[in-house]
Amino acid sequence: MNASASGGVRHLYVHLPFCASRCGYCDFVTVVGRRGQHRAYVDALLAELAAERELLAPQLESVFLGGGTPTFTEPAELERLLRALPPAVEITVEANPETVTSRVAELLHDCGVNRVSLGAQSFRGRLLEVLERHARPDDVRRAVYTLRDASIDNISLDLIYGIPGQSTADLEADLSDALALEPEHLSCYELEAKPGTRFTHTHGAELTRQAEAMESYFERVVARVTAAGYRWYETANFCRQPHLADGRDLRSRHNLAYWRGRDYLGLGIGAVSTIDGRRWRTTPRLGAYLAALAAGRRPFRELEELPEAVRRSERVLLGLRLDEPLELAGLESAVDWGAVSRLERLGLVRRGAGSSLGSDQGALTLTARGRFVGGGVTAELLA
Amino acid sequence: MDQARIRNFSIIAHIDHGKSTLADRILELTETVTGRQMREQVLDTMELERERGITIKAQAVRVDWKGHELNLIDTPGHVDFTYEVSRSLQACEGALLVVDAAQGVEAQTVANAYLAIENDLDIVPVVNKIDLPQADPDGAAAEIAELIGEDPARVLRISAKTGEGVEAVLDAVVARIPAPAGDPDAPARALVFDSSYDQYRGVVAFVRMVDGSFSGREPLRAMAAGTRFEAEEVGFFSPTMRAADSLGAGEVGYVVTGLKDVSRLRVGDTLTSERQPAADPLPGYKDVKPMVFSGLFPTDSDDYPNLRDALERLKLNDAALFYEPENSQALGFGFRCGFLGLLHMEIVRERLEREFDLDLIVTAPTVAYRVVTYTGEEVEVHNPAEMPREIERVDEPYIKASIIVPKDYVGPVMELNTERRGRFDHMEYLSEERVHLLYELPLAEIVLDYYDQLKSRTRGYASFDYDVTGFREGDLTRVDVLIAGEPVDALSLIVHRDGAYARGRALVERLREEIPRQFFDVPVQAAIGSRVIARETIKAKRKDVLAKCYGGDITRKRKLLERQKAGKRRMKQVGSVEVPQEAFLAVLNLDGGKR
Repeated sequence: MNASASGGVRHLYVHLPFCASRCGYCDFVTVVGRRGQHRAYVDALLAELAAERELLAPQLESVFLGGGTPTFTEPAELERLLRALPPAVEITVEANPETVTSRVAELLHDCGVNRVSLGAQSFRGRLLEVLERHARPDDVRRAVYTLRDASIDNISLDLIYGIPGQSTADLEADLSDALALEPEHLSCYELEAKPGTRFTHTHGAELTRQAEAMESYFERVVARVTAAGYRWYETANFCRQPHLADGRDLRSRHNLAYWRGRDYLGLGIGAVSTIDGRRWRTTPRLGAYLAALAAGRRPFRELEELPEAVRRSERVLLGLRLDEPLELAGLESAVDWGAVSRLERLGLVRRGAGSSLGSDQGALTLTARGRFVGGGVTAELLA
Repeated sequence: MDQARIRNFSIIAHIDHGKSTLADRILELTETVTGRQMREQVLDTMELERERGITIKAQAVRVDWKGHELNLIDTPGHVDFTYEVSRSLQACEGALLVVDAAQGVEAQTVANAYLAIENDLDIVPVVNKIDLPQADPDGAAAEIAELIGEDPARVLRISAKTGEGVEAVLDAVVARIPAPAGDPDAPARALVFDSSYDQYRGVVAFVRMVDGSFSGREPLRAMAAGTRFEAEEVGFFSPTMRAADSLGAGEVGYVVTGLKDVSRLRVGDTLTSERQPAADPLPGYKDVKPMVFSGLFPTDSDDYPNLRDALERLKLNDAALFYEPENSQALGFGFRCGFLGLLHMEIVRERLEREFDLDLIVTAPTVAYRVVTYTGEEVEVHNPAEMPREIERVDEPYIKASIIVPKDYVGPVMELNTERRGRFDHMEYLSEERVHLLYELPLAEIVLDYYDQLKSRTRGYASFDYDVTGFREGDLTRVDVLIAGEPVDALSLIVHRDGAYARGRALVERLREEIPRQFFDVPVQAAIGSRVIARETIKAKRKDVLAKCYGGDITRKRKLLERQKAGKRRMKQVGSVEVPQEAFLAVLNLDGGKR
């Protein structure tokens, strides 16, 4: 199923690290400002792409531009990059609401982008401030309308729940506001306060205090969004059901590739690639990256070999995030079968016949209840 | 050697008051050990002893001093080994009582001094560490003189560390300690005051010849145990084993027995010659019984055979250690072990973990209960889970506790003892500042965290010693713990009826904190019989997901799950509930949570 190294990788990730400012909770590789370096960075990306091109299939299934804030990149440079990228069935760009002007929206559309993932996070001004986001609630709505006007017909909204000071009513209102915009896709993440970050330092105590009250938020999100006609197709991701979307399958093709264990190439600082049982992460240091590519060298990479057993475990841990059955043929050794029976009795997993012929072990799916505790269930399931 | 030129003595002291250092100086000064051979603290050979600064196994060394043969018999320094100490003392005519010039008299000093007096020993009082800046030699000398009824002027003042005054100590041994007075022509009688096990030579008995003599190879008999054997060699320590032609009356040395089992030759027994046996054994033999019990379970059940082998090996050298297989439904296969006391338990556990590299779960220590059932049957119970439900009466062991504290802490100590069902016995001032308290307490009340509590309530100033005095009836009851409806044998407790509710309550609260939330609600109950006295519910987890997981996160998320998985492996499955090992220790410090 995996594409081989000889020119078969069908999924490309490109990292654009630049942001107007850094949000307290963010732990991605980002670079604030540096307008002067956008050009050099795009040069470097294109040099890296040229160097790695042979790994890619002639026709890609997905390209994903993540960040950072890709739409904060100088428009001319963003355009130069987009035009140089290989064509793909799905091309997604991440955007922050306040960066989405009609000019940017049109630029994206003109360059073949057919999916935009908008970092809305919340529709409460107070909570956006806690998150140190610059957008106001109306910016989010305006951004959606602007994208629609530019004929972008696949919009995903990111929401964060479990924000310090977020009441149940706040959460319900955020969901209502998001659903009212009728996005094709929703990603809902619980806020992760990483130990040692500035954010945790400021809000940690409040989060601990609220932990019990917020325990039900995940369940509320799922109940509310699925009731509005969305498919809960991955732990944190929802898309409009096909019958409400002219028959379109609106799942993110790019992210599905990760969850299905496909190979992918990542370009840019801090980007990760996984190809043929090897995973590498390019240096997160902008200076080192630019210097290497300017000198015609490959930037420094951190390499991780993935032995067969690890690859099988990953297939299980990723596959169980989806609502589709995980085929177990070939993965038997990655699973603790005693745990499967135990979890089946607890109503957390379900075994069913596999769809492929000759698959003895059938397939495994988490039940709805199992999906809410999917992390613990997976930890128990893995051999 | 003419008995008149023999002196047999021990050094008795509180932990860290310098006994081992003094022994080292004596070996150096008498040129028993040359400077090159000199290893710090030669007498303490076991690694653990050296580290903890205590002596577990007594040894005896012969040194020559100005035409005299001095036998220094090292005694175990701790309360749990009182019986061994008393046997060592019985092998002597005198003792050096060593007190730290900065610390003064401590509880063990008192206990050991009384033990020496009971054994009719002549005591040479010594104040050590006079070189320390905070030393108060006069104060310490006054306390020690008061304790043993001696003239403070006759208290020697030394520094074992620098060697100052050590010659005078040896002179005092010769001058003040009487020579042995056995009958060299009577049938041979030798007191076994310790033994060790040698892989090749079997049990080596450390003996004090009282009457008569042993020659190298002759048939001998242990009078109490009835064990017969052919002595393979006799000799003495200087400081290593040296064979001799014979051991004469008054001398101290060893007998190589060839026996393969230490339990056949117990400390306190009398050896006599098979050819011309003595009529009566020496007095004072006691069969020491373990008083404190706990279950030892390997964390990894595959280690069970290794634990069994390790206990077998320890037992070779430690006749007081008791063990039998125990099968806990919560913890699997392990051993119920009996110890002389808490320190003994600590030492065994540490040796198992350190010398045998075993990872253990140790259940809360309990004491030996004597139970009479309704049917009139008498049983000794070492495990709360085995306490019969239908009981006529239960007797529990009591101790006499001796506690020395600065006078400002008398209140807190009394309060602690009252909480622990203690009965005040006696109080006296050792000096203007320090008070000696005597209490009677149930042993069960000190096996958990008494010592820690005592230390914390007196800011570490209290010193403590105890002696088991006997059994007394107690209003005791068994409290069981049920997790998700299943009784967990390893968590059962025996407690005084008045404290049952509070203990049960505290225990379920602690367990609720220690047991992680599961995929379903887990009730935790404490019960007496079928009556539930306390209950908590561990609510089911409602969410447990790694929110985001994209291409760049996979390795990190996989590692998170691997860690979560490893955490689960360290837990014990009790029915359908995963219980972390720490939970089994929750019983140990309930009082900490109560206050």
